[in-house]
Amino acid sequence: MIAIVDYGAGNISSVKKALEHLGADAQVTSDPSVIAAAQKLVMPGVGHFSRCQSLNEHLRKSVLDAIKSGKPFLGICVGMQWLFAGSTEAPETPGAGLFSGECSRFAASVKSPHVGWNQLQVRPGSRLLQGVNRGAFVYYTHSYRAPVIAETTACTNYGGTFSAAVERDNIFGVQFHPEKSAEAGLNILENFCAL
Amino acid sequence: MPCNERLAKRIIACLDVDAGRVVKGIQFQQLRDAGDPAELAVAHASAGADEIVLLDITATSEARKTLVETVRRAARDLFVPFTVGGGIRTLQDAAQVFDAGADKVSINSAALANPSLIGEIAGRFGSQAVIVAIDARRGNGTVDTAEVFVSGGRTATGKKALQWAREAEERGAGEILLTSMDRDGTGLGFDCELTSAVASSVSIPVIASGGAGNAQHFIDVFSSGHADAALAASIFHFATHGIGELKETLRREGIPMRWPC
Repeated sequence: MIAIVDYGAGNISSVKKALEHLGADAQVTSDPSVIAAAQKLVMPGVGHFSRCQSLNEHLRKSVLDAIKSGKPFLGICVGMQWLFAGSTEAPETPGAGLFSGECSRFAASVKSPHVGWNQLQVRPGSRLLQGVNRGAFVYYTHSYRAPVIAETTACTNYGGTFSAAVERDNIFGVQFHPEKSAEAGLNILENFCAL
Repeated sequence: MPCNERLAKRIIACLDVDAGRVVKGIQFQQLRDAGDPAELAVAHASAGADEIVLLDITATSEARKTLVETVRRAARDLFVPFTVGGGIRTLQDAAQVFDAGADKVSINSAALANPSLIGEIAGRFGSQAVIVAIDARRGNGTVDTAEVFVSGGRTATGKKALQWAREAEERGAGEILLTSMDRDGTGLGFDCELTSAVASSVSIPVIASGGAGNAQHFIDVFSSGHADAALAASIFHFATHGIGELKETLRREGIPMRWPC
């Protein structure tokens, strides 16, 4: 069973729908015991980074314990940003600090939010992005982005280069919305289901 | 790791739905039946539409249950962004269509009647989930005179389109869907001048609508109109222009497109 971690950050029904379309058993939950029982975790999230405060207060330990035990974890959008140290969007709300660096707002030279389909530059060797074409288009909607780091497996350019996907061992994050990215997105979710 | 790509301009297919069937009128009248919304939504996505908008143009209280069911059916096999509009008057109405599988709602009359609704929905579901639709008419006037209409274009509000677009952004809208009522259904091309004026008034994306007749109209609205996305309905339903063919034409003309799609 894949637990879809619900911490009140927006609409997550489309993530569930996409995982079920791929034949996965997915359950939306904010219950630590369900998280502990799950084989894998997906953590979506849209909107303001301060939403992660409620995650930190109620589910931080359960989620971090699951990650430490080696369960595959996929953070989507704000769910990925949470894996970093934090975000300038809500400096008082810490991230998990599993990846180094801080998320920050797009440069003033480009329209923000970044909404729409943009291309991935995929680094070879990613398990999550296996089979995704170099230059594949994925759907974004966000105003803050994560820096490019050693664990970046794909980047996108929009007012500079940012991390589109990160990956280390069992920890995965994508800034774009795979559940809304047509075939490329379903390919990525299928890779996660197959881990 | 160089990344030199550009954000693609979006081609959005709009399904105008009346009592559970897709229709498309000319200047909001003379409706013609064009099929089942769920089937057409998936067909348009497969054909390359970057996004689907379902607008319930009847939005009577009896039809509301039908709409939620239609949204649920349409969303089931749809893996591109999906917007629902028409008759969403409260946070509860919005929550219902999100629960049925919509990613964004488009609000129009209700936002004008109760502007705080924009912030309420954005506060709960995020700004990316709120599109404020503006139906504007200017006749032969300048873009500054373009006035906002509601109730399917029947009622003038006295509000100016540019000012309302800015207010909508301040209140938390994530995108503006601008329909030129002067051009809607005419096939004469988008109102590029008005689109450009709105696009430079706000920092959120602007979706242009009303008047698409051929590929050149899309090229114009993306270049001189500075639109981030363009929406069309009848041009796609009646197969006068395939979406894939349209996108390939635009790409050849240097407009960034999601391709292959």
